[in-house]
Amino acid sequence: MTRKAGSVVFQNVRKTFGAFTAIPDLSLTVEPGTLVTLLGPSGCGKTTTLRMLAGLEHPTSGRILIGGKDVTMLPANERDVSMVFQSYALFPHMNSLENVAYGLQSSGMGKKEARERAENGLELVGLAGMGQRLPAELSGGQQQRVAVARALVLEPQVLLLDEPLSNLDARLRRRVRTEIRELQQRLEFTAVYVTHDQDEALAVSDRIIVMKDGRIAQEGSPRDLYETPASSFIADFIGEANVVPCDIVAVSDGKATISIEGLRHVVPALSARPGRAKLAVRPSAITLEPADDAAFPGRIRHAAYLGDHIEYEAETAGGTLFIVDPSVDRLLSPGTQVGIGLKTRGIAIIAE
Amino acid sequence: MDDRNRRLNIVLALAVAAMTVLPWHRIEGGFFSFGWLSDLNSASSAPALLQVILFDRPWLITPFLAVLAATIARTLPDPMRRGRLLAWSGGLGLVYLVIEGLAIGTTGFNWSISEALFGILSDGQPPMGAGAVLAAISFVLIFSFGLAERGVMRGDAFVVSTIAILVFLVTVFVFYPIGSMFVGAFQDVDGSFQMAGFNRTITDASIWSLDCVVGGVRCGVAWRTLFLAVLTAGGSTALGLAFALIATRTRFPFKKGLRLLTVLPIITPPFVIGLALTLLFGRAGVVTQGLSSVFGIEPSRWLYGLTGIWIAQVLSFTPISFLVLIGVVEGVSPSMEEASQTLRAGRWRTFWRVSLPLMKPGLANAFLIGFIESMADFGNPLVLGGSHGVLSTEIFFAVVGSQNDPARAAVLAMVLLCFTLSAFLAQRVWLSGKNFATVSGKGDSGAHIALPRPLSIGLHAVVIPWMVFTVVVYGMILFGGFVKTWGLDNSLTLDHYAKAFSITVQNGSIAWTGVAWNSFWTTMEIALIAAPLTAAVGLATAYVIVRQKFAGRNLFEFALMMSFAIPGTVIGISYIMAFNLPPLEMTGTALILVACFVFRNMPVGVRGGVAAMSQLDKSLDEASMTLGANSFRTIRKVILPLLRPAITAALVYSFVRAITSISAVVFLVSARYNMATSYIVGLVENGEYGVAIAYSSMLIVVMIAVIAGFQLLVGERRLRRENRVAGLGTRSVPALAEEKVA
Repeated sequence: MTRKAGSVVFQNVRKTFGAFTAIPDLSLTVEPGTLVTLLGPSGCGKTTTLRMLAGLEHPTSGRILIGGKDVTMLPANERDVSMVFQSYALFPHMNSLENVAYGLQSSGMGKKEARERAENGLELVGLAGMGQRLPAELSGGQQQRVAVARALVLEPQVLLLDEPLSNLDARLRRRVRTEIRELQQRLEFTAVYVTHDQDEALAVSDRIIVMKDGRIAQEGSPRDLYETPASSFIADFIGEANVVPCDIVAVSDGKATISIEGLRHVVPALSARPGRAKLAVRPSAITLEPADDAAFPGRIRHAAYLGDHIEYEAETAGGTLFIVDPSVDRLLSPGTQVGIGLKTRGIAIIAE
Repeated sequence: MDDRNRRLNIVLALAVAAMTVLPWHRIEGGFFSFGWLSDLNSASSAPALLQVILFDRPWLITPFLAVLAATIARTLPDPMRRGRLLAWSGGLGLVYLVIEGLAIGTTGFNWSISEALFGILSDGQPPMGAGAVLAAISFVLIFSFGLAERGVMRGDAFVVSTIAILVFLVTVFVFYPIGSMFVGAFQDVDGSFQMAGFNRTITDASIWSLDCVVGGVRCGVAWRTLFLAVLTAGGSTALGLAFALIATRTRFPFKKGLRLLTVLPIITPPFVIGLALTLLFGRAGVVTQGLSSVFGIEPSRWLYGLTGIWIAQVLSFTPISFLVLIGVVEGVSPSMEEASQTLRAGRWRTFWRVSLPLMKPGLANAFLIGFIESMADFGNPLVLGGSHGVLSTEIFFAVVGSQNDPARAAVLAMVLLCFTLSAFLAQRVWLSGKNFATVSGKGDSGAHIALPRPLSIGLHAVVIPWMVFTVVVYGMILFGGFVKTWGLDNSLTLDHYAKAFSITVQNGSIAWTGVAWNSFWTTMEIALIAAPLTAAVGLATAYVIVRQKFAGRNLFEFALMMSFAIPGTVIGISYIMAFNLPPLEMTGTALILVACFVFRNMPVGVRGGVAAMSQLDKSLDEASMTLGANSFRTIRKVILPLLRPAITAALVYSFVRAITSISAVVFLVSARYNMATSYIVGLVENGEYGVAIAYSSMLIVVMIAVIAGFQLLVGERRLRRENRVAGLGTRSVPALAEEKVA
């Protein structure tokens, strides 16, 4: 359906609301046909960025280009983008078909053709035959799909999605995010996706742009971000890593030997130099062994049984560690002395 | 760019037409008689172009220059420069029109400063007419387009134009008249400025005397009005609270009836209560006569004066107070009271220490509303005041009576305005942020605790007699029209109705021979014209206030809401002072009545619109915009359909208010356009109570019919939607509910 995926470019965009600076200076590029996620905690400026792209806010300074064309001063209705809203924003007085046909008719398409295209759009999202229902008569998942169809039938250069899954329950969320990703890969449109949920971002994106305080904290593929976090913020935000201070003892052949309060370990490192550093340790990269004199000592402070794994908090000389242990057969009670070990994968030196 | 040129072309064409085709000045016989079409090159109905060339009015050349500048701007390629030139040419064109209109009167310059600068003009100019008005609107639009092209309001020309036009209208029809009134207060009969006259009036003993405190006969009218307003506000607030408590916290069997009570003040013309009271307690009233024949109590004139006005006002405004307070009483969350009870407080303690303190801001609000209403009330004091007038009636008599002293009326109006605006400011500044209404999203058990028993008994003892009293009063209104002569001849008759509403068939055509028909049809016509305009202006304003952010928005909203606190008498007197002379002369026309209704009732439309629009998620507008619709299409296709109930309410309300209002209308009616209420007041002044009552009850019946009709229409629509949802089957509904929770 969409045949003209466009690129998105922000050049030194700045946005202030009165005295408050939401975005100090943002430059980014989205390649055509990719799905890029803006990820970050609430208040990080990701939604403002999306709204500036949609034309719902105008930047204080800087330029925005869509498909190579400068759209900085264009109002929303004259931009070749469309948006799926967090609340879906389906018009409650129109049925699904009218909702989907609305944008087509706004751009001057005849009633009959708009209707046919709208029916195709509904079919695309698996809602064929539901056109006569009012939004109130649809389930949340169905409403969400109508919202996607409504945005897609316009064949925009860029599709914008503002936390599209946040009003769905957990199980539905997983299914719908798969559907959105499949649709995007099948139709090869450009999509900019805003979310604060790192699982969602990892699952759907070609690239992720993590934002903090209106700035880009790091951008890259999901694997880049997870495996080589650029800062302790990223390490913590994506995958809840334990950030532990360490000493790099030696570097050779792309491998670094590190020491945490005497616990020695070898991790992959591309550009590390000996000295003080920080280590991102994933909760699942820590093993718990019986305490003995040789092992690195720790003491269980809290344990929570979660069915397929157990979450522990353990106190060590390197600080309190958050640990995910897949062996549910044994449950270590608080107060137990344990020996802490590290796995090979899931540990990275933070490059700050 | 195409779009921008297209809309600019239209407006430029309008401006040119306004100056070359339409008569620039006001046509004596009325624009819509179209007599000017055949008479375009006479001095009275020539367009601006001919005025400049043929009739020696060179000052009208400047608007042409402004249009020329805008036309040049149209050819500029750079959008920012084009926008700047457009904004300047539109803005300066408008400012020039205003200054020129104010400066040059019918006989020459109005101001000595302009006379000194430009010399004495041989001839003046008549008031502005169709051409001038259209030119002014065109300039406002050109100005807005210029701003929009410079990126104001995200470049949305529709929104900028809407805001500009609203500000323009409110300035012309609210602030300009009030300003004229202030100026008028300082003017002598010949129009010259006289501080002495103002000083004499403002310090007049009849306004400010405090004799009654030190044992004299009576206080000044300002103090009397204030005293009455405080008593009325106190009385109606106390009664309103009693009604609200009974309605929400007891097992009172007639709660539906209580709710019906709230409709009464909307449909009752304001003097009708006073009228009914005279039929009961006046010298010839039923009760007075009965007491005198049974107990030998001498009939007296106690009703005529502050006592009578007070009773009438408390009767009139208790329902309003009830309406305000029922929300407050219901707003106190039951869980607060439950918490108090679990902390071992009894019912009394809970009521005094928890429930009542939580209602305090609401009570203060109701008090201030009662205060403003009492101050502004004109009908009841007119009927019952006798020689003990209040400010609003004094203003009226200063203009229409033998005094004919507009400056004094203006000064009195300023005093009245100061009182009501102080109350309004107190309401806005002091009460804002003090609202304890604790309606939260969280589920409460929903049941309020019962009142302490002695309190409950006390409230019933007040409320039930008052309800009976109200029913009797309204009974009098409906019944009174059928009685021959009150007190003297109590036999039943249809004469009054026949006199007012008789219809005869002459020569096969219907002749409306009743005396009331003329004013009745005028009222209907004007109310029907004013209602949609009021709704449109009110809702457009609400849209701008809720949905758009612009510099001065809060000030704009505040000024609008303030116009709610301007008493009708003040509006009336200020309209007379503003629109009786050039540049805008509208007195004696239907237009001035329509304008008065639109801008007096607009705040209510705005409130309704704001409330309704705040419930529409803003993302609906944004979705529509990102789907390629402009803001006009968004309003037409998305917002208006969803606002239908608010629109209906605004329509009904403004229609009904146009029928019942008296205070401003009484200044503005003319022989040709007489309104029902002022006609009835005339009947009362002539002592024709029977016909007056008959006419009043007819009006009430008509309004009940209108409201019921609209209710039926709106109610039916809701029913249909429910049916459709109900027919859907049960599967999707629980699914929806689940997902909402998640």
